[in-house]
Amino acid sequence: MKLTLRVWRQKNADTKGKMVKYQLDDVEEDMSFLEMLDVLNEKLVMDDEEPVSFDHDCREGICGSCAMVINGIPHGPQKNTTTCQLHMRHFSDGDTIDVEPWRARAFPVIKDLVTDRSAFDQIIQAGGYVSVNTGSAPEAHATPVDKVSADDAFDAATCIGCGACVAACPNGSSMLFTAAKVTHLGLLPQGQPERATRAITMLAKQDELDFGGCTNVGACAEVCPKGIPLASISQLNHDVLGATLSGARSD
Amino acid sequence: MSELAQEPTSTQGEGRYVLGDPIADTRAPESPVGDRWDDRKFSARLVNPANRRKMSVIVVGTGLAGGAAAATLGEAGYHVKAFCYQDTPRRAHSVAAQGGINAAKNYRNDGDSVHRLFYETVKGGDFRSRESNVHRLAENSLSIIDQCVAQGVPFAREYSGLLDTRSFGGTQVSRTFYARGQTGQQLLLGAYQALERQIAAGTVEMHPRTEMLDLVVVDGRARGIVARSVLTGEIETYLADVVVLCTGGYGNVYYLSTNAKGSNVTAAWRAHRRGALFANPCYTQIHPTCIPVSGEYQSKLTLMSESLRNDGRVWVPKERGDDRAPNDIPEDERDYYLERQYPSFGNLVPRDIASRAAKNMCDAEHGVGPGGLGVYLDFSDAIERLGRHTVEAKYGNLFEMYQRITGDDPYEVPMRIYPAIHYTMGGLWVDYDLRSTIPGLFVGGEANFSDHGANRLGASALMQGLSDGYFILPTTVADYLADGPFDEVPEDHPAVREAVEATRARSDKLLSANGNRTVDSFHRELGQLVWDQCGMARSKEGLEKALDRIPSLREEFWRDVKIVGTGDGFNQSLEKANRVADFMELAELMCLDALHREESCGAHFRVEHQTEDGEAERDDENFSYVAAWEWGDGGKPVLHKEDLEFSYVHPSQRSYK
Amino acid sequence: MTQRNIVTRTWGSSVGKKSVMAVTGVIFLLYVIAHMIGNLKIFFGLTTFDNYSVHLRTLGEDIFGYGGVLWIIRTVLTVAVLLHMWAAFSLWYKAKRARPIGYQHKSYQGSYAARTMRWGGVIIALFVIWHILDLTLGVVNPLPENAGAYQKLVASFDRPVVSIFYIVAMVALGFHIRHGLWSGIQTLGGNSALRQNSLKAFSLVVAVVVTAGFVIIPLSVMFGLVR
Repeated sequence: MKLTLRVWRQKNADTKGKMVKYQLDDVEEDMSFLEMLDVLNEKLVMDDEEPVSFDHDCREGICGSCAMVINGIPHGPQKNTTTCQLHMRHFSDGDTIDVEPWRARAFPVIKDLVTDRSAFDQIIQAGGYVSVNTGSAPEAHATPVDKVSADDAFDAATCIGCGACVAACPNGSSMLFTAAKVTHLGLLPQGQPERATRAITMLAKQDELDFGGCTNVGACAEVCPKGIPLASISQLNHDVLGATLSGARSD
Repeated sequence: MSELAQEPTSTQGEGRYVLGDPIADTRAPESPVGDRWDDRKFSARLVNPANRRKMSVIVVGTGLAGGAAAATLGEAGYHVKAFCYQDTPRRAHSVAAQGGINAAKNYRNDGDSVHRLFYETVKGGDFRSRESNVHRLAENSLSIIDQCVAQGVPFAREYSGLLDTRSFGGTQVSRTFYARGQTGQQLLLGAYQALERQIAAGTVEMHPRTEMLDLVVVDGRARGIVARSVLTGEIETYLADVVVLCTGGYGNVYYLSTNAKGSNVTAAWRAHRRGALFANPCYTQIHPTCIPVSGEYQSKLTLMSESLRNDGRVWVPKERGDDRAPNDIPEDERDYYLERQYPSFGNLVPRDIASRAAKNMCDAEHGVGPGGLGVYLDFSDAIERLGRHTVEAKYGNLFEMYQRITGDDPYEVPMRIYPAIHYTMGGLWVDYDLRSTIPGLFVGGEANFSDHGANRLGASALMQGLSDGYFILPTTVADYLADGPFDEVPEDHPAVREAVEATRARSDKLLSANGNRTVDSFHRELGQLVWDQCGMARSKEGLEKALDRIPSLREEFWRDVKIVGTGDGFNQSLEKANRVADFMELAELMCLDALHREESCGAHFRVEHQTEDGEAERDDENFSYVAAWEWGDGGKPVLHKEDLEFSYVHPSQRSYK
Repeated sequence: MTQRNIVTRTWGSSVGKKSVMAVTGVIFLLYVIAHMIGNLKIFFGLTTFDNYSVHLRTLGEDIFGYGGVLWIIRTVLTVAVLLHMWAAFSLWYKAKRARPIGYQHKSYQGSYAARTMRWGGVIIALFVIWHILDLTLGVVNPLPENAGAYQKLVASFDRPVVSIFYIVAMVALGFHIRHGLWSGIQTLGGNSALRQNSLKAFSLVVAVVVTAGFVIIPLSVMFGLVR
């Protein structure tokens, strides 16, 4: 099929970017979206133009590297699908496709479609872990975990840290990301001792990092490639408010 | 074929390498195999907690092995500098492991034990691994599960609240712990979170988007790395008292593999060029159930869990080149070749056998789909027998993934599958302490060669990565550091300057070639060549052909590669070119290793060495050794043999008929 | 981050601000429902309606004095409005800051009601000002200040423009409740994956009932059912 691409090109963080139009004449429907960009890049290189930079790695929907807004939707039109798993059969001959980077102050553009998402690491550093040193763990069966909690914790833990939630949120909020980790660890007995503190400190870090506040719009959960439930944000709120009212420590 | 097998073959590959002195692992204690690790831990020297802060450790790679090692060394109080090429440690390719992680917990009371896991791993590796290392791996498997559960890894549980396990290939006990089909992701996030905790605590200094391009060796010791900042293009030097490489495998030498696009051999290969021996490069594992290539543009392959073969039936049309749609081919015109050839194991034969059988069918023009490179995996019988609902409950997510990628609905049309490279058993040679042959350079995880012999069992990669990272490296690295503190290396030390200049020169040379072919086009050609000649089945003739072609391809690459843009900034083509340059050298060593190993063992199948009925034929008398290669530095590589001794598990022939 | 004071912790966090909006929202909703029920007395005729208006002022008179309860309600509402708006504007500002460069290709995810909370809120605020001037202070009412509540109401809705503005504002209120009620429950930690659809349906029902309960009055006046 023939496609017209309009891709955001930006040389580096300090220069202004713009949408640039490219024509692709031989796109096959079994290509993944990234393979379609590979074809474009091979063509650009042979024409002495710089290829389009984009983050990608595993190309099987689990590493969370790939990140682009396709026709206004993070990861494109297919539900529960990362860009690398989106295939061109979902587009039609003659389509014009707009490709843009994540847009958020906390995710500055590095080049073209590549953004700096290290803010997510900072949120995890603020408490997204269980403080257990190697070697100090008790026997695994010492603490049974009821299956429902384990399954719900797993659902939240599937977050791949891609940042689509932030890209889609009209407030530029990272709430779903933070909530996923708070919910994952908060539902497990191993996460209880730090539960209140974790909720407070991770949220405080998120607030400090130029992310917007959540207003429960729900766009995040709609575009999340892993289907993290919106209700995990309620879990975060619950833990934050509980911790606030009980005066839990946060240092 | 059987006539070929009788010919004297010990001379093959001769003239292409030099035989060096044998090497041996001198670090494993002499005690009984079950006591060795305890004894080694006791004899390992300790570093006073007050001094640890002054000692620095470089860890390259932040997957299961690297992430776990960096976090644990940080917890112990060392000054750790961790590096990854990804934008965050959470994306290391360990994240993509699906199936699970083995541990000899024996929660099922089904007769499992440390000894059984040890035994099965040695056997699964086709008797080409070291008993000491494998036994330690089996011992550590117990603590790994404890550690991960404590970190909050959401393993699958039963209604009792206790951990669930499932069975996996190559064993008869149920010892594989799992977190749906995302076990690697969950274990990696556990290690990542432990690492981020240390970053917050200030013990680990994290350098994401920083790719190691050379090793700094000063006075015979590894003392640092040269790395390129992916963001700024700056070539920087990082110095430390010890360097740990956990940089994964080299499956991407084949271009198409299930590895992440960025996975590469550069760090390990640069260490090899600086003096570290590279062991068993020809042991590369092929997974039988991957989604086949759909066209020229294909950039990577996707693995589908092996569990599908429990209910799917593998077949090809009996007629050569039959291009009818699968559902139009009547039952009596289908060849269920695995069931026919292996009546007792049927569709559940081990990975290497299933892969090879698929290749044979396609070579004989029975393959289906584009290019005839695929076989059917058919669920219609299972759907009829169990009902669609049950099949959906068991495999629903895999069917969805298949449909997402191929556009075909596996409930209606048989899946098409084909084998693909997904793990490399070979890697840098290490002793029991995971020390390479360069003092001060340790290697963990898939990057070393130590535990899987010629073939890795399913669910053992995660176990090995975490065993190395959480439990072995922290002990053995500390033992090495007890020799310190080492003299500080000045930034302008001649060895540092030389490494930096060599790295710059390489990038400049790549950038200035300004030829006519893209990096990917070279990588594809190399990959196809290695896949054809050093893939599922290898022959003297093919390997020699590859060995003749690779040097000229490499020369063309350096002369004719085209990279647009500059080195002083974000340039993904340059990153790729640096990696492909090293794959070009590794590929040659792989083929040489495969050529010299005149036997079939595990994943290494030489067509000249098969039994009458086409099974792999091992030659324990002549090849029961680790082939550790020394960089020839322009000349011929030097082969050092480490003899393998089996005192607890006695080599036997496998049969699945 | 080390402080543990509830007030500053609430003020300082985005969830704290949202919980202020949720709690004040609950106050508004209860008030609005009571107001709606009171309004519906209009269908029982002039006397009942005017008596209700007087009753509001004599309620609790022995303790708070004439109109005391009403003033308490007004004070609480005013404080709640200020807090609600302060939190809303603060989050609005934070959101603007969080995305300095927008998308070239606009596409919307999330519900319409959720995305229109801010401008919907502005419409409601403007309406409330008009409403107080019209029916509480009587400044913009056609009838003199000492006229009865019933007559003032009918006179006001006799102006089609006013009725239409009222209806538009009530629809905005409905949208605001539809998202706000569910959102408030989510903010206060009461949502779960299992409950989510029920809670959203419940919010929709409340929103429709409240909107219908209010809108029926200007419609009745316009169509001459109440005169």
